[in-house]
Amino acid sequence: MKDMQNADLRVRVGALTLDNPIMPASGTFSEDLADVFDLDVLGAHVLKTIMHGTRAGNPTPRVCDLQSGMLNAIGIPSKGIDYFRDEMLPYWAGFKAPLVVSISAHSYDEFAHLCAEVSLDGVAAIEANISCPNIEANGNAFAMRPDTTHEVVTRLRAKTDLPLWAKLTPNTGEPAEVARAAEAAGADALVVANTVLGMSVDIANRRPRLGNVMGGMSGPAIKPIALRMTYQCANAVDIPVIGCGGISTRDDVLEFLIAGAAAVQIGTATFQSPTAMARLITELESWMQEQGVASLDEIIGSIEAPNAGVFE
Amino acid sequence: MTHLPTVMTVPVPQGLRPRCCEATCRVVSNTPVNGEYRLLTLEAPAEILDCQPGQFFQLLCPAPLGEQPFLRRPMSIYGYDKAAGRLEFLYKVTGAGTRGLATLDRGDAFNVLGPLGQGFSMPDDWQNLMLVARGVGLATLAPLARMAQEKGRKMTAICSARRPELAMSVDLFESYGAEVIVVHDQDGSSTPEALRPLIKARIEAGQVDAFYTCGSSRLLRLLQELGAHHDISGEIAMEQQMACGLGMCQACVRSFRVGDRIIQRRVCREGPVFPISEAM
Repeated sequence: MKDMQNADLRVRVGALTLDNPIMPASGTFSEDLADVFDLDVLGAHVLKTIMHGTRAGNPTPRVCDLQSGMLNAIGIPSKGIDYFRDEMLPYWAGFKAPLVVSISAHSYDEFAHLCAEVSLDGVAAIEANISCPNIEANGNAFAMRPDTTHEVVTRLRAKTDLPLWAKLTPNTGEPAEVARAAEAAGADALVVANTVLGMSVDIANRRPRLGNVMGGMSGPAIKPIALRMTYQCANAVDIPVIGCGGISTRDDVLEFLIAGAAAVQIGTATFQSPTAMARLITELESWMQEQGVASLDEIIGSIEAPNAGVFE
Repeated sequence: MTHLPTVMTVPVPQGLRPRCCEATCRVVSNTPVNGEYRLLTLEAPAEILDCQPGQFFQLLCPAPLGEQPFLRRPMSIYGYDKAAGRLEFLYKVTGAGTRGLATLDRGDAFNVLGPLGQGFSMPDDWQNLMLVARGVGLATLAPLARMAQEKGRKMTAICSARRPELAMSVDLFESYGAEVIVVHDQDGSSTPEALRPLIKARIEAGQVDAFYTCGSSRLLRLLQELGAHHDISGEIAMEQQMACGLGMCQACVRSFRVGDRIIQRRVCREGPVFPISEAM
């Protein structure tokens, strides 16, 4: 065995330095996970998307499972900005891990206003969930197109001095163009990506298996899509890309880092195994020690050209 | 070789004890109970056996042939014994998850997460208890009956089923000192119309301080009506589809009537046990 040097798991995401590259994906994390492990082991804390007002969310059933994944249509139930400021922010201030606040809205003005409102002491970065429907664009998500992405990120950039992350959707046909539009409009990092729009039908009663009919697919089944898009975006922009989609093992984490991700978000894996993120951190550290990798800088973006035409 | 049972350990701050754990148990037995139900008995680590009646576990079900249950399946606790290191679930095979459970053999490793949720309460002034449950809902009330016996409470258990031979846990309830009344669909004794006078007579005789129920919305409505009329409280264990089981994902909400407001609560976190009067 090689000399067990201390592995440095720290990564940089723009101006932020994280203790390690593992953080939760928005919507799959809350204070409830503190029942299972010490949340300060995480590289960052990413909260469930907040909208300005209170919202009930979608009708049930809100989830169903698939082969190697799940569908959800939770519908962003939100207790609103006042609850966030008065109740949630003081709780999260008790941790040392940087706090990333996810926000969303259905119009440019509402989004920009909320961005200003959450730019508070104790917030380390804002993640703009621009993958949700924009009522000013026929319900298409802002991140479906470069022009709407540019417009919304420009409006958000004008309202905050905090690091601004744009969370993109895999449902776009133009991922590189959308990524470049977000960068040009002033995003500090990209989160790539969100859930893939999907559907499931119960043949016994011919009903959709989600109350909302359609929902977002997540889990190992979408990992190749998210990895492909992470690679495309990392090649398209100079700002950091945070990989997200179906990551559940140490080797999944390494794949995303090698493809160019500066850090990763873990979502559905936590639903199967709530200790997943904590274990991934220790497994990544052990792997680095075994491999003699001193820093993740040696890994991030280290992808090689394919070995075309050669069978090994 | 893995030594079972084990608890998956992750860093915790000094002094903090996780409220629930992801643990790998060993299957002791997994046997049919009657035509419809199976009993799964696990050897479990002590860390997950500080349970309350009404709580549940999230089970990582193995994949049966041709199917892949992805999410964990919530299952209420049928029995637990910390001294003996035993944890039991009683289940009916209905879908991919429970078909997977049925494939477990003695000696298999099996991953569970729990105990989760809020269990039943039993205030001192609830001395005479009436348990009313149907089908697999009877399994949820089994540990409650044991707690009632330990606390010296008097119990009547109305066990409802489609056929008399499917009424579960009758012997178990009797062993905990309950008077057991089996009602079923074949002779019509399980309808709310048939049950109403039976329960009402016991209320009027001063034999009911509180209700506990699980497994039937018709029984819930009957108990809500009788409870409101006779000022009798009670608790219900409810179900909903879940993803995380911890409260993070907001999938398992149900509506509750609190005063003149309708509010949403998470079955996994605020429940699965709720006041009968607020359930909808």
